[in-house]
Amino acid sequence: MSLALMLEQLLNGVQFGLMLFLMSAGLTLVFGVMGLINLAHGSLYMIGAFLCAAVAGATGNFWLGLMAGIAAAAAAGALIEVTILRRLYARDHLDQVLATFALILILSEGVRIIFGPFPLYLNVPDMLRGSVDLGITQYSRYRLALIGFGIAVAVGLWLLISRTRLGIQIRAGESDREMIAALGVNIRWLYTVVFALGAALAGMAGALVGAIQSVQVGMGEPVLILAFVVIVIGGIGSIKGAMVGALLVGVIDTMGRFLLPRAFATFMEPSQAMGVGAALASMLIYVLMALVLILRPKGLFPAHG
Amino acid sequence: MKGKFTTALAALALSTGMATAEEVTVGMITTLSGGGAGLGVDVRDGFQLALDMAGEHNIRLVVEDDAQRPELAVQIAERMIQSERADILTGIIWSNLAMAVVPSTVAQDILYISPNAGPSALAGANCHENYFNAAWQNDMLHEGAGAYANELGYENTFIMAPNYPAGTDALAGFKRYYEGELAGELFTQVGQTDYAAEIAQIRASGADSIFIFLPGGMGISFMRQYEQSGLDLPIVSAAFTFSQDILPAVGSAALGVFNASQWSPDLDNEANVEFVAAFREAYGRIPSLYASQGFDTANLILSAAAKADVSDRDAFREALREADFTSVRGDFAWAPNQHPIQRVYIREVVEVDGEITNRIVGVAFEEHQDVHGENCAM
Amino acid sequence: MAEMRREYILNAVIVAALFAVPLWALMAGEPFIITLATRVALLALAAVGLNIALGLGGMVSFGHALYFGIGGYAAGILAHHAFSGTPVAFGIPGTNQMLVIWAVAMGLSGLVALAVGALSLRTSGIFFIMITLAFAQMGFFFTLSWPAYGGEDGLPIFVRNQFPGVNTMLPWELFLLSFAVLLAALGLFAVLRAARFGAALMAIRQNPDRAAAVGISPFGVKLTAFVISGMLTGLAGAMMADLTRFTSPAMMAWTMSGELIVIILLGGVGRLCGPVVGAAILVGFETLFGGWTEHWQLWLGLVLLGAVLFARGGVIGLLAGREGHG
Repeated sequence: MSLALMLEQLLNGVQFGLMLFLMSAGLTLVFGVMGLINLAHGSLYMIGAFLCAAVAGATGNFWLGLMAGIAAAAAAGALIEVTILRRLYARDHLDQVLATFALILILSEGVRIIFGPFPLYLNVPDMLRGSVDLGITQYSRYRLALIGFGIAVAVGLWLLISRTRLGIQIRAGESDREMIAALGVNIRWLYTVVFALGAALAGMAGALVGAIQSVQVGMGEPVLILAFVVIVIGGIGSIKGAMVGALLVGVIDTMGRFLLPRAFATFMEPSQAMGVGAALASMLIYVLMALVLILRPKGLFPAHG
Repeated sequence: MKGKFTTALAALALSTGMATAEEVTVGMITTLSGGGAGLGVDVRDGFQLALDMAGEHNIRLVVEDDAQRPELAVQIAERMIQSERADILTGIIWSNLAMAVVPSTVAQDILYISPNAGPSALAGANCHENYFNAAWQNDMLHEGAGAYANELGYENTFIMAPNYPAGTDALAGFKRYYEGELAGELFTQVGQTDYAAEIAQIRASGADSIFIFLPGGMGISFMRQYEQSGLDLPIVSAAFTFSQDILPAVGSAALGVFNASQWSPDLDNEANVEFVAAFREAYGRIPSLYASQGFDTANLILSAAAKADVSDRDAFREALREADFTSVRGDFAWAPNQHPIQRVYIREVVEVDGEITNRIVGVAFEEHQDVHGENCAM
Repeated sequence: MAEMRREYILNAVIVAALFAVPLWALMAGEPFIITLATRVALLALAAVGLNIALGLGGMVSFGHALYFGIGGYAAGILAHHAFSGTPVAFGIPGTNQMLVIWAVAMGLSGLVALAVGALSLRTSGIFFIMITLAFAQMGFFFTLSWPAYGGEDGLPIFVRNQFPGVNTMLPWELFLLSFAVLLAALGLFAVLRAARFGAALMAIRQNPDRAAAVGISPFGVKLTAFVISGMLTGLAGAMMADLTRFTSPAMMAWTMSGELIVIILLGGVGRLCGPVVGAAILVGFETLFGGWTEHWQLWLGLVLLGAVLFARGGVIGLLAGREGHG
């Protein structure tokens, strides 16, 4: 097994992890600040991808599409926060799970009614087509750009939370909800902004990933489940935890699927090793999540307490 | 999720002027949503076109979307049989769905006529007098690709297919004729959308060529990512991954790929010229091989329905075996296991008048028959 | 008390309706309606199982599809080996006897629920929801990629398994069998709820500290409830696999766990016949609206959302008022 192959798979894992981070960051903020389990976060990812594909298809400009996808996801997020989710903050988790499960059904069918049952395909922008020579291997220019993009957003988010007024309010909201109301912060407004921010990040991830894969109804749910794994591993409410969790999940999942079958092939018959290796590799991150929950029930980086 | 609509056609089958007036209910279970929707839509449209072109007939067609989910297909089949009282089921695209539905269907004395999936188990040990395949046995076209890989001089090919019955049949079919070395062999997930890990392994394998079987959305995703990867190995394949349903989305990346098929839009026979023109007229696009298979399936059923009452299963089966219809692929004959014996062509993806399509460049096999029939006790 | 009597009457009406509709279908020669009623009974059975953990014990398990799937695979795998005449493992033969299959399904689901419960009950709140989800996802991906029993393609049951004195191939007889098992499970639920065990469980749900103070071990009581709950859902899975003659990883998908919770909520959380009503609504939506519009899930979503926001007691809560106990 060559160094080039290891490097390429590692890059694949990091790229996957950073896209998961965009999804998880919003999810973890929403839970940290509002205490809401939002299953419909994957639907916002889907909305971002569909709007990006539609606008990019109509205008021929990917960047316009990306902006439209982010804006649409943020708007959709703000809308459902104001009309529906706001009523659920005080409810128990069961009600939150059910209401947001209902939202998945509604949003998925809504998108299917508007865009039809076929997948859409988005072209990557011309300047990011083709591959880059990394010395020991070639790598897709677009995937490399995704890594850069993910890091830039992570830095931006960190600055936002640590250096701005909004960030202070968010952090205050995570540690003590009554206190920030007492400090005169408009809490309803803060909640809507936080939700829209998380939605925008999910929409951005959907649009960016949509350009290399495909844009279809139901694309958000597998990513949603992985994002939950990420925030539970990282510690709910913690952006740092989301980053570490996302990279762990991205790299472990990618490398596991690649290395486990090979590892089993050293002492098993190849075709059998493929099956056993693949079966165990697909369970790996859930085993990791269960282990973290059993050993550190609040995750690796608990946001408070 | 369960896109469903019922088309009750030609209920006015006048008893005069037709050999039989008894209505034949055909239940079509096919994929109309998600990444595999392109295939199902083409089968449905091809089938419908044949009914429309036949004019007066006694077929009642009921269509329902299986969303490419086996458990849903099983439920729909149950409803088609118990509630719609279907005489014939058809339409399934995916071999894993066919394996879930067909054995229990034919055991209930319902006919199943496959317009696409042809898993090896149903051609061999599990063959059945009520099961007819109007398309091909899964291995066939991949065998053509394997034989042609030898002619192209490929010596170290990386082969890859999704992990379901048609995927294992595809790799087995390719390897049956391919004489070179294998640089690697991979099974991917059905419906997979990201192929970064597979592309990395192909790159590292030192292959001189690639054989892939990735129908529908899987093929689109792979080809678009392959184009961005910096890898530039020649690809040989069967028609599925380079069929008209996905070529517009794949674009120029597919140009020059050789693929094996029993049919092509430029196939020069009278029935096909008429079919391609009528399909373009009706739906505004070039038909895919799936559309041609749906069209042939409908014409096969129409030919039998004109000769026998469907309630007399023995007579109806006999009428199906006569295959008294003009196939758009040219000559059509049954092997004893009720799968076709047919010519397998080699096509190349080309651009004609701004449209990306296939044209025939050679023949892989004359009168080709699948190998599994010898395990069929029929 | 009037409300309690109203719920008794309502329960009797619900159970009678579930029997009467397929009986009518039998007379009218509509076998598919009988199949649908059987489906309602088995989904209800699975949800009765979950209702013990969720409704009585307040444990929001987002992974009960795991037990449903284990039951399904128990039926599928044993039937598969009975059909092919090969041993399952270590010379143990397969079987096509439902009674044996049910015992295996319940035993296995119980064992897995014991392990999952013992680990998961150390957490609470969102963490409990997520860890139960994680275990179910492990099962889902394991069955999806384990090639021996069909993996992604699922595992067909070519000939329905057998039950002494019942012709399981006849829709009506299979319905009667399912209906009888559902009645037994409802009986068990009622007995558990009325017994000291049920009182302890509900006391823990409302105030774990006080329950511990009066000498109830919250962990032991909850774990027992969780195991019984998993066993019933597992039984439902085994029977559902026989109804559809098919087992697949989809039985363990997280959406299945979600659907079971939805069934309970639509009917009424913790209510005896809530799962029956909820399952009937779900199957009704699928069938009726599926026939009129391909976008039936939109309407299901709206109804569900309305129920969560405005009618938390579910249908039974609307018709029979607030719960008399708990």
